[in-house]
Amino acid sequence: MNPIFSFRELQKKAKNTTNNVTEIKVAVLGNHTTNFFVKALENQLKVAGFNPSMFESDYDQIDITLIDGESELYKFNPEIIVVFESVLKLKDKFYSVKDNESRSDFYNTEKDIIQNRVSNIRANGSDAKIVYFSYELIDDELYGNLFSKIPHSFYNNLWQLNNQLIDFSRNEPDFYVFDINKYLKGTETYRDYTALINSDLHYSIDTFAKLSHFLAQFFNAFKGHFKKCLILDLDNTTWGGIIGDDGLENIQVGSLGIGKAFTKLQKWAKHLKERGVILAICSKNTEEVAKEPFEKHNEMVLRLEDISIFVANWKNKADNIRYIQEVLNIGFDSMVFLDDNPAERDIVRQSLPAVTVPELPKDPAYYMPYIESLNLFETVSYSENDKDRTSQYQQEAKRKKLISSVTNMDDYLKSLEMEGNISAFKSDDVSRVAQLTQRSNQFNLRTQRYTEKDITEFMNSENHLTYTVKLKDKFGDYGLISVIILEKKNNDTYFVDTWIMSCRVLKRDVEHFALNKIVEDVKNKGINSITGEHLPTPKNKLVADLLTKLTFKNDDKEDVYFLNLTNYKSLKNYIENE
Amino acid sequence: MNNYITEFETLFKDVLENEDIVLTNETTATEIDEWDSINHIYLVVEIEKHFKIKFSSSEILQWQNVGEMIDSVKAKKED
Repeated sequence: MNPIFSFRELQKKAKNTTNNVTEIKVAVLGNHTTNFFVKALENQLKVAGFNPSMFESDYDQIDITLIDGESELYKFNPEIIVVFESVLKLKDKFYSVKDNESRSDFYNTEKDIIQNRVSNIRANGSDAKIVYFSYELIDDELYGNLFSKIPHSFYNNLWQLNNQLIDFSRNEPDFYVFDINKYLKGTETYRDYTALINSDLHYSIDTFAKLSHFLAQFFNAFKGHFKKCLILDLDNTTWGGIIGDDGLENIQVGSLGIGKAFTKLQKWAKHLKERGVILAICSKNTEEVAKEPFEKHNEMVLRLEDISIFVANWKNKADNIRYIQEVLNIGFDSMVFLDDNPAERDIVRQSLPAVTVPELPKDPAYYMPYIESLNLFETVSYSENDKDRTSQYQQEAKRKKLISSVTNMDDYLKSLEMEGNISAFKSDDVSRVAQLTQRSNQFNLRTQRYTEKDITEFMNSENHLTYTVKLKDKFGDYGLISVIILEKKNNDTYFVDTWIMSCRVLKRDVEHFALNKIVEDVKNKGINSITGEHLPTPKNKLVADLLTKLTFKNDDKEDVYFLNLTNYKSLKNYIENE
Repeated sequence: MNNYITEFETLFKDVLENEDIVLTNETTATEIDEWDSINHIYLVVEIEKHFKIKFSSSEILQWQNVGEMIDSVKAKKED
């Protein structure tokens, strides 16, 4: 996790990055001098490990650039378009409006302009994600605190316009609002008025660096890198005091001592869990003692059912986090570890550098303000299913116990009493399917990221076979765990565009279950082969031999795999068709 | 004066990412490739940060060469 660098520090850090492979193409359009912002964003993306290409529209030419289908912007073909307008320019525009009636309607006119811009982008064939800056809330103080009653006041219009942006975003796919106000707060001298007058520099260069820091985090989430798990220490992190020494009555949570600070952290963690972030405990304690507050303390917000994995023992915390990682089967880089003890933080940082370990302030009163300032859990998707993740991982812990008592894999798989459901994409599943393509890194054959719009297109395409697989066993329901997309290349073959599976169902032979059905469908289409390829990434080694395991033949033509359906033998599995 | 010019030179090298820059009081922007109007803004910000001073808007417009920039800094530091 990088601190927020100044513009100059960022320039130096970026210089030292080499061999970044992941490309990212970003276009920036603004109505003010955006050179420094673009440079800062480019450097920030380099520091984040990307190989960025940037496009900057000409000074104050947003609309012309967007309307002209032949503009350099569309030739550049960005993945992300950032629109960053300065409120000061908007103010000039507002002041040129002639009467109060039109001023009252100013925000509506601006909203129409924004919607028009988005329509233009789409009409010109760009499916880029659009990240739109909200407007900085500054009052010209013409009406002071009467502004809320004066629809033709500037400040009133700004609030309305920002609300319009949010409303518009809710139902507009791939349109996101980046709120500048959040990041200007607490930043001293975020605008240099001398530079504003002399150089049309609407924000100081270090403000641009700060904004680019948070934008890069957001882009990282677009690219599938985000945090999935929060690991909490207990004593003096989750509650005040030491449960083993102080006892249940004396730990500080809720009304006792500075308990409120810890309650705030617990409430935040609980809401994260409801959003779909997995909670784990990693504490140096005796397990029964450590669990007692979760069971018996009536002011605890977190309860045992909120925790997916509870590790309390006297072992090294780095080893315990390795264990948590094994059970959850997610990357270390998607884990955040909170601990008040600098020594523990240091051990984890040294052994597991990919884990994010924030430097918690000494005073617990500052825990939450500090954690919030880091924006650790940036995300680009949310689906209702996310809420169930905790119980899914708790079931997984039970399965781990069963597997240790069974010695034969077939017996184990039979004993799970699995039921599978495989079907073409349904509209209800679109958001979950898109989300899986966005977040799966490991069991992901080609790592193609798709939006909800893309998924809908596949769903309605004549040329594609689409599959979702849902799985249940006697311990519980995994829900939708696999997504497969095949594209008809010609009259001889279907190509495996996407094969994704949740790592929670590894080694259940779900792939076999799915392929049997796919082969049947492809044959019914009168086509006799399936081809596939593996696109390697640093994270998907797991599927390097997937196609071979699925009896595809590699005919030495580089990475092309081929399955002839004439001799296809059904692959073994213990999944009953639901 | 010599001190200021050395500090300026270090700052210029760092900000403009060119180790070969040599400054004299008479140096102007036209003599250094990287010193364009955009980087000038950057330089001013970094000079202000380095010397913990703030130039006024009209001051910035009046400089003809490095020596005059240094004079502005000196005047503020020795006020």
